[in-house]
Amino acid sequence: MIFKQPKKYIRSHEPVFWGLFGAGGMLTAFLTPIMILLTGLLIPLGIIEPEALNYEKLHSFTSSWYGAAIILIIVALPLWHTLHRIFHSLHDLGVQRGRSWQQVICYGFAFAVSVFVFTLLLQILTM
Amino acid sequence: MSKKLTPSEKRLEIEILRYHPEQDEEPYLQQFEIPYTTDMTILEALQFIKDHLDSTVSFRWSCRMAICGSCGLMVNGVPKLGCKAFLRDYYPNKITLEALANFPIERDLVVVMDDFINKLEEIKPYLIPEKEPQFLTKGTYQQTPEQLEKFKQYSMCINCGLCYSACPQYALDNKFIGPAALALIARYNRDSRDAGSAERMKIVNQEVGVWGCTFVGYCSVVCPKGVDPAAAIQLLKVESSKDYLIGMFKP
Ligand code: SF4
Ligand code: FES
Repeated sequence: MIFKQPKKYIRSHEPVFWGLFGAGGMLTAFLTPIMILLTGLLIPLGIIEPEALNYEKLHSFTSSWYGAAIILIIVALPLWHTLHRIFHSLHDLGVQRGRSWQQVICYGFAFAVSVFVFTLLLQILTM
Repeated sequence: MSKKLTPSEKRLEIEILRYHPEQDEEPYLQQFEIPYTTDMTILEALQFIKDHLDSTVSFRWSCRMAICGSCGLMVNGVPKLGCKAFLRDYYPNKITLEALANFPIERDLVVVMDDFINKLEEIKPYLIPEKEPQFLTKGTYQQTPEQLEKFKQYSMCINCGLCYSACPQYALDNKFIGPAALALIARYNRDSRDAGSAERMKIVNQEVGVWGCTFVGYCSVVCPKGVDPAAAIQLLKVESSKDYLIGMFKP
């Protein structure tokens, strides 16, 4: 009989990224068709007045705290989704070099842009 | 098989990847021609070849009824059970048979399954009771149909390994625990009679555990028993995420 050393199991932090990925994917799947419908069809066809989405309207929406929160979510989550996908696609394509750097760059980018959007929104809010 | 070749019979061309490591530098394809009938399986074709054309062709089989899981092979590049795949679905085109992908070839269509078997063993594929196992005289463990439904599908696995040869992640890195082992974890963790979840979750939570999967889903397409390992893996991803959250709050 062979006695094996008890194996050491290392917990992955993937649940964090998978959670963001899943939420972002869900959002993208639901919102993209609506956005295309609004900006690509309904407004050009004149069914919705272009005035409904003009600068002043959008700016005042962004200036409310809930508007800012919605915009942050709409920008940040799909971004985390996208970069998670890129990170894993690199592995699938066989790009094995510097996996940890790939990870830092991918998620770092998503994080940086999220923070950037957050500060931008905060500026508009406190303006 | 008593069948003999007669010129009037319909014929089918079969190409087999041959490899005898003691004499061949590398695997090569060999052509055969066999009589074709509509009720013949790939396994029967192989048996015809072995009995009548070339007795050195090696392949595994036992039950001939899709239950032992030993006859897995690549049919035109797709993982199949030889006894469950029929010639009529390919006739009159040529059929190419190769050893299961992602496993080392032992001889011709026979592969080395050790890695797969070790993984199945590693996940403790048996009920781990909470208390001392109870004697049969005390009665059997009772389950409601609902409790049975939670794991039944995942218990249909015959350990054929087709899902491993379909899995691109296992192909890239065979440290990945793989579809059948994960489906088997789901099978035991979701069983109301089992209390071994915590031990198995350690395997699930690893990078090479459930997180090695990118939800390609081909495992579920090729599975001959409808186990749907991809679905089991998605369930385990949710479980692993819950486990992660709980782990954050208690050290
Ligand atoms: S899950 Fe399906 S394909 Fe995979 S080993 Fe089990 S029966 Fe075979
Ligand atoms: S011979 Fe048993 S599964 Fe095919």
